Amino acid sequence: MATLDLPALSLVVLVGASGSGKSTFAARLFGPFETISSDWCRGVVSNDPEDQSATDAAFDLLHHAAGLRLAAGLLTVVDATNVQPHARRELVALAREHDVLPVAIVLDPPQEVCVARNAARTDRSVPSRVVTRQRDQLRRSLRGLGREGFRTVHVLHGVEEIDAATIERRPLRSDRRDEAGPFDVIGDVHGCRGELETLLGRLGYVIVRDDAGRPVDARHPEGRRALFVGDLVDRGPDSAGVLRLVMGMVGAGHALAVPGNHEAKLVRALDGRPVQTAHGLAGTLAQLAAEPEEFRREVRDFCDGLVAHLVLDEGRLVVAHAGLKEEYHNRASGRVRAFALYGDTTGESDEDGLPVRLPWADDYRGKAMVLYGHTPSADAVWVNNTMCLDTGCVFGGRLSALRYPEKEVVQVSAEQVWCEPPRPFLVSGPAASATRDPDVLDVTDVLGKRVVETTLAGRVTVAEENAAGALEVMSRFATDPRHLLYLPPTMSPCATAPEGADLLEHPAQAFAQYASDGVDRVVCEEKHMGSRAVVLVCRTREVAAARFALPAGSTGVVHTRTGRPFFDDARTEELLAVVRDAADAADVWASVGASLPGDGTGAPVDWLLLDAELLPWSLNSGDLLREQYAAVGAAARASTRATLDTLTTAAARGLDVGDLLESTARRAADADAFTAAYRPYVWATDGLRGVRLAPFQLLAAGRASGGATFEQRDHLWHLGVADALVAADPHDVLLTTRRLVVDPADPASVEAGTRWWTDLTAAGGEGMVVKPLANLVRGPRGTVQPGIKVRGREYLRIIYGPEYTTRANLERLRSRNLGRKRALALREYALGIEALHRVVADEPLWRVHEAVFAVLALESEPVDPRL
Amino acid sequence: MLLTLTTTRPDDATPASDLGYLLHKHPARVQTFDSGTVHVLYPEADDERCTVAVLLEVDPVALVRGTGRREPFVLAQYVNDRPYTASSQLVVAMGRVFRSALTGRCDARPDLVDRRWPLEVHVPVVGCTGGPEAAQRLLAPLGWEVEATPLPLDPQVPAWGDSRYVDLRLRGTHRVADALSHLYVLLPALDGTKHYWVDEGEVDKLLRAGGDWLAVHPARDEIARRYLARSRALATFALDRLAEVEGVAPFEATDDDAASPSGGAAAPEPSADVPLVRQRHEAVLAALRASDARTVVDLGCGEGAFVGRLLDEGYARVVGTDVSVRALTTAARRLHLDTMPERVRARVDLVQSSVTYTDARIAGFDAAVLMEVVEHLDPPRLAAMERVVLGVARPRTLVVTTPNAEHNVRYPALAAGGVRHDDHRFEWTRAQFRTWAQRSAGAHGYTVSFAPVGPDDPDVGPPTQLAVFRRQAQPTTGAGPEVRSDGTTSDPTTRATNDATTRTTSNPTSTEGDR
Repeated sequence: MATLDLPALSLVVLVGASGSGKSTFAARLFGPFETISSDWCRGVVSNDPEDQSATDAAFDLLHHAAGLRLAAGLLTVVDATNVQPHARRELVALAREHDVLPVAIVLDPPQEVCVARNAARTDRSVPSRVVTRQRDQLRRSLRGLGREGFRTVHVLHGVEEIDAATIERRPLRSDRRDEAGPFDVIGDVHGCRGELETLLGRLGYVIVRDDAGRPVDARHPEGRRALFVGDLVDRGPDSAGVLRLVMGMVGAGHALAVPGNHEAKLVRALDGRPVQTAHGLAGTLAQLAAEPEEFRREVRDFCDGLVAHLVLDEGRLVVAHAGLKEEYHNRASGRVRAFALYGDTTGESDEDGLPVRLPWADDYRGKAMVLYGHTPSADAVWVNNTMCLDTGCVFGGRLSALRYPEKEVVQVSAEQVWCEPPRPFLVSGPAASATRDPDVLDVTDVLGKRVVETTLAGRVTVAEENAAGALEVMSRFATDPRHLLYLPPTMSPCATAPEGADLLEHPAQAFAQYASDGVDRVVCEEKHMGSRAVVLVCRTREVAAARFALPAGSTGVVHTRTGRPFFDDARTEELLAVVRDAADAADVWASVGASLPGDGTGAPVDWLLLDAELLPWSLNSGDLLREQYAAVGAAARASTRATLDTLTTAAARGLDVGDLLESTARRAADADAFTAAYRPYVWATDGLRGVRLAPFQLLAAGRASGGATFEQRDHLWHLGVADALVAADPHDVLLTTRRLVVDPADPASVEAGTRWWTDLTAAGGEGMVVKPLANLVRGPRGTVQPGIKVRGREYLRIIYGPEYTTRANLERLRSRNLGRKRALALREYALGIEALHRVVADEPLWRVHEAVFAVLALESEPVDPRL
Repeated sequence: MLLTLTTTRPDDATPASDLGYLLHKHPARVQTFDSGTVHVLYPEADDERCTVAVLLEVDPVALVRGTGRREPFVLAQYVNDRPYTASSQLVVAMGRVFRSALTGRCDARPDLVDRRWPLEVHVPVVGCTGGPEAAQRLLAPLGWEVEATPLPLDPQVPAWGDSRYVDLRLRGTHRVADALSHLYVLLPALDGTKHYWVDEGEVDKLLRAGGDWLAVHPARDEIARRYLARSRALATFALDRLAEVEGVAPFEATDDDAASPSGGAAAPEPSADVPLVRQRHEAVLAALRASDARTVVDLGCGEGAFVGRLLDEGYARVVGTDVSVRALTTAARRLHLDTMPERVRARVDLVQSSVTYTDARIAGFDAAVLMEVVEHLDPPRLAAMERVVLGVARPRTLVVTTPNAEHNVRYPALAAGGVRHDDHRFEWTRAQFRTWAQRSAGAHGYTVSFAPVGPDDPDVGPPTQLAVFRRQAQPTTGAGPEVRSDGTTSDPTTRATNDATTRTTSNPTSTEGDR
């Protein structure tokens, strides 16, 4: 009984004459969707599975369908006679196009079986001469199938063999998804054995030596494994020693390795094939020449047996010598191997004679982390979730390793310059990360319908037209995406007060909602009626430049809820200096740093991201106030007053205008109240004078890399950080946020909360925001609203118009639909938190920007703007 | 909202209160129409003096609920001046309650119709774009003595100054029908918001409807513009909602930014017979001709005026990009994209793109144009634009134009400083432009040359400055790999490899050979 080995992802081409049993074979051994038959395709395009005139269209369809499946990474079987070379050639090309292995399975039962089966068919019949011709063609093809490009060819003769055959799907050699690590991924060693030993020591490995004192293995007491990205040999002082150590580690199961281009060339040299011995190969060969023949053979077989790339840890980690773009992960073809060994090149050489390499990592958008080497770089930096670990040790740079999954870089310096680099190689300090390629954002990162994965709310969809609108706002107004880390979510108001109340919003509804959500403590925070401001402040210019690519002299940003800077650079710095001074004086850097979760160092943080209100409202919304609110107020006052005069004169004449006079007097009073409603939010500023900043939440904080978010800390902790800043501010710019904790299930507490709100709004306050004290709360119905606003009766005049408090108007306005707003608030909240998580996880810019951009895009969804 | 019309005796024999006959409304009664929203009453009515008041009560909530139209500012529907100002709603009501008077009919006293009455009109609040001067311009030629007093925005915040509303008083001797017809057309015209673009046919229609007086009115074009501007449908784009969250006016792509400097009145074009926008188009076209380009991408094409020019010039492939969907929609309409002959349509595309995001669709062109675009970017974002255009798209030729700030002193409206358009984030002097262009050209392997656009003033230079960037040929590769500071190389040109495909669309009817 034959067991046919198949790569788990392959294009299986069945080859056999009509009546050879291909369809039966396929139906028995493959899934119902895995097989695409040419007869079926003929039927689709012509209504007749035998219509030979439809063959061209049928094969178009077949190739297209097979291509879509292969692109999706699905094994596909082609059920057609495939006895002619040109038919197979197209399928081999299709397999290569999708970087999967083509496999041929030839079914060759005796002629009479085919003929008999055809004769027995009721639906169609193929004349026996056709079968004869097909079998002839098949026979002629058999020997050349390997040359045609089929990596595996199985030939089954006879009915019994065909019926008994089974298949065995083998994972690709690159597929090591079950290996979860942890790993220490080590960059290009190039024969630097001493540095490698030092690095392994620093990583915690214990080196095992043979009798001659030569290192032959290294094991980690915690079972970690080393993972070499290739280019173990050439240029350096002891390539043979490096090979001995690494081969020992791999053999003992203490390491994995992928080959580099230098190993590939070494294999060719050891096989006696002609190669150029420049770039250090001559040295390696000389070292190996001093070794026994057996060692040379082991080296040859070891290097030859390495798989060009490895996909590890459930697909989360990919290692290849020169990197690998996402389409090539877990694929197999000549070009995949070439990419993994040599990278993406233009095929051209530059003025130094070096190949022109393409910055594939700039365009990389894959989920898997890709670690690679090959291109000596001054420092190991993240580019879109990829890192090049070749830091030029052999050229006098450093030998680098990355701890996975910790993402911690460990390096040792070269003992000396072992090889002069082909062009000046600059070793730089840690600040070099500031020189990383600036923005690698592409329009395809944001345009079109998008789905953003969030930990809080799952997949959040952004409609295409909303993304289009956001692109304009983001491009024209927002600050540089590299320091736009967060946009605040919209917030829902409380449920509408019931009929009969003389207002639309009342604290009772907010408390009731949280009580029904099972929230036992809420905090009421005063709403300042300023503009929402997000403040990123760095401790030093160096951190600002290195961590957020802020321009020289800039230490942060202060931006609006749509990402637009509030001030020019000078005033921004002035305001940031106020926050920084306060953070210095209160030593907030240290106190936040000491409590950073998941980090034992307790070192001070270097940057803070604050959620705040910036006052006065007129500062940012002067035009709006002037041209909308003040203008309507002016018109309302003048119009109602003139009408009142006219009606008074008419009444004096004895005309009956009683009702009109009364309603006009009421309108005049409303017009005055409307004007009075916006005035508390207007005052003059000059420079920073008159400007107030009220921080109320610490969104995130971190160091030169990494950081933490604080949505799990309760709001009194957040307000405590804010209070510390306010108390330490000598400039009188920072403003405290009044608050009151309420138990929504306790009537007395609710009563106190209501009184607090009533006093606040009676004194001209905007209102308050009620939040779960514990901050992020997940209830039985999902995430609980992170905040609910309860706005004051007078404040709402500038939202609902001067005359909204008239009983008839109020009753009509009560029917407002909060559902959309609430859902939107939760989705934007999830996206905001997601963006922050991505920031502190040092994720690629496009990942952070994707979430931030989505908040802006959702803001353009049509919801009632009064809510 | 309120309007009063007062008359004194037209002659000794006619009491002032005869106005009631003409208006067909009895002076002793308070009459109510339109289910209680329009009231007509006479606060005074005797032989010497008679005043009629039209009072319109607008329900602000119904106003919101009843209309599907969107206003430029999202809360405008709810915080709305319409219940308080004399605008179309008042004149529509007036037209209904005074229909016979407006058409010059009075069955009871036909003799009153053609009598000229000494009239005083008072409209306590009327929107008046352009201030009291505009009221003067529109009403004085008709024989009215105009007293238009601006209303302050907020007496407690004097720094805010006046609102766009005036208290309007008109005095003059007119037939009542004429006076009403003046108000009927001119009150909404005064209120008229910004003019965008009006079809010729619509202008004719209004002129016919406006009667004899409008046809000979010296400001009739302005009246038509103001009147018709109001009826322009406002597109509902996501942008509106977004921009307005912060009270930012949506950007209006205008044909010529210089025509609408901040501060109101248009900056005149000194010594320029040809509008500057035309001169700019010609200058950029000349630069493109000199570059032998066959394919051109117009980055920031706005409403597509220059894309149209490029098509007319016969370029084999023309792509206009803009970050504004609204601008592109207008461009598609103005270029008649959907009715274009296939052969022409195949040469042109409009796509939404941003100069701060890399985009494969703008790569591979012989030439790119950034006409009056850079000054709309915040200076810190220029580096991203340079990378996107010069670093990644890498056209062989790039033509950039931008205002010359030195020239602004030649515009009276800008003499005291300021920029030519509200959205300009900066305007460069010639030296600043050169410094920027030379630095960014050098950083990306381009050479750059400069030229003036418009009359080159000996003291302050031309109104517009132009730079032509040319990609330098690379000694070995020809494509120009970028040597990075870390010693590796990259060649961003090949990120987008549609160079070959764009060439295949070349148009055999191109006039390239004629030039």
